[in-house]
Amino acid sequence: MEWRDEGLIIGGRAYGERSRIVEVFTRDHGRHFGMVRGGESRRLRPLLEVGNQADLVWHARIDPQLGTFAIEPTVLRTARLFASRLALHGMNLIAALLRLLPERDPHPALYETLSVLLAHIDAPEIAPILLARFELAFLAEAGFGLDLSACALTGATQELIYVSPKSGRAVSARAGEAWRDRLLVLPPFFLDGRLLLVPSFAEVEAGFSLTGHFLARHFFSGQNEVLPEARAAFLREMDRTYPRGTPEPM
Amino acid sequence: MTTPPAGPEIERLIHLLARLPGLGPRSARRAALHLIRKREELLGPLSDAMRQAHDRLVVCHVCGNMDTRDPCAICADPTRDQGLIVVVETIADLWALERAAALPARYHVLGGTLSALEGTGPKDLNLDALVDRVAQGGVREVVLAVNATVDGQTTAHYITDLLNSYGVKITRLAHGVPIGGELDYLDEGTLATALRSRTDF
Repeated sequence: MEWRDEGLIIGGRAYGERSRIVEVFTRDHGRHFGMVRGGESRRLRPLLEVGNQADLVWHARIDPQLGTFAIEPTVLRTARLFASRLALHGMNLIAALLRLLPERDPHPALYETLSVLLAHIDAPEIAPILLARFELAFLAEAGFGLDLSACALTGATQELIYVSPKSGRAVSARAGEAWRDRLLVLPPFFLDGRLLLVPSFAEVEAGFSLTGHFLARHFFSGQNEVLPEARAAFLREMDRTYPRGTPEPM
Repeated sequence: MTTPPAGPEIERLIHLLARLPGLGPRSARRAALHLIRKREELLGPLSDAMRQAHDRLVVCHVCGNMDTRDPCAICADPTRDQGLIVVVETIADLWALERAAALPARYHVLGGTLSALEGTGPKDLNLDALVDRVAQGGVREVVLAVNATVDGQTTAHYITDLLNSYGVKITRLAHGVPIGGELDYLDEGTLATALRSRTDF
């Protein structure tokens, strides 16, 4: 068995004294483990740090085996992550989310979203917006997608400003007026992919509240403390660094 | 199944030696054989030394280092700079920095790093004692000598936040070209960091 793909390194641990088991999120093969021989060596270890991207060749005798990776790094991002606290916490959050996906289940669309996010991971005015959208895409890929196409009550496609916390479906301003206290706010940047306006801090915060509600429902539990902690650290840093002020055209 | 060439006591010795880092079953067998040959000069003294170390090992209540006394030899050394604390992840890192002998500092051993993926939180690390040491006063500078990994740097940022209100200078180790390193073999991130941190020559 052998395949070639590109992927993001999201974790790893030493295997013996010389080798390393690496966890990657690939475009066409999903979350995948493999052993890198000599991965703990002085030359290879820095290349296998979380956040780096690489071309990978996975090889195993039969499919269920752990297999081995031959890794050729393509984007070495670690130094950039170290220079930005926001990027560091963002990377921890991304890795914690991706770890929730089943192994060897491909998500090429999510990988594309991730690639855009990673390119701007240290930009405080863009990274939170892209990460909120990534969480939305993650929910959809994990099978818990929100239906933001039309109002759940009237079928209207305009003025969608709420989401039902139970069904995950959009609700229009008029239909949701009576239940506004119990509905979640749907920020416009979740609907408009073109991002005509820079979202305000409140809108980005509302985006994270929305995704956070459904992440908490489906993924946070007594055993899973990793995701909430990584998310809280990123949100604290976003609070500190996201530019405040009047929304401006982008 | 073949009969082992030695009695159960020696087989147990080989089995335990094989669990040491750098030793496998084959090299453990060689080490055991060497110890047996040097029974009086090596096996006996080694056994005594291990027993004594086992009985007397304690964790230093000040810094988290392991020694046979509390406070440890480093914390008890009056010639070391009281105002300088070097924060390290593990005792192995402390020993590595002591080999370099570059700073007459005291240390603080965290016992690991914060790790979102491994689920290691602040309560799992020796952080309260570090805050107490700084809060007591007399500390001028805290050097964050953690590994240049995502977990190491996340921990460094966390400690910076923790100590922010105490008014101590917080520094970290430089990132850049290792001595003997060739530029051609370094990753672009390290090179960029090294260039940004260039110094007068």
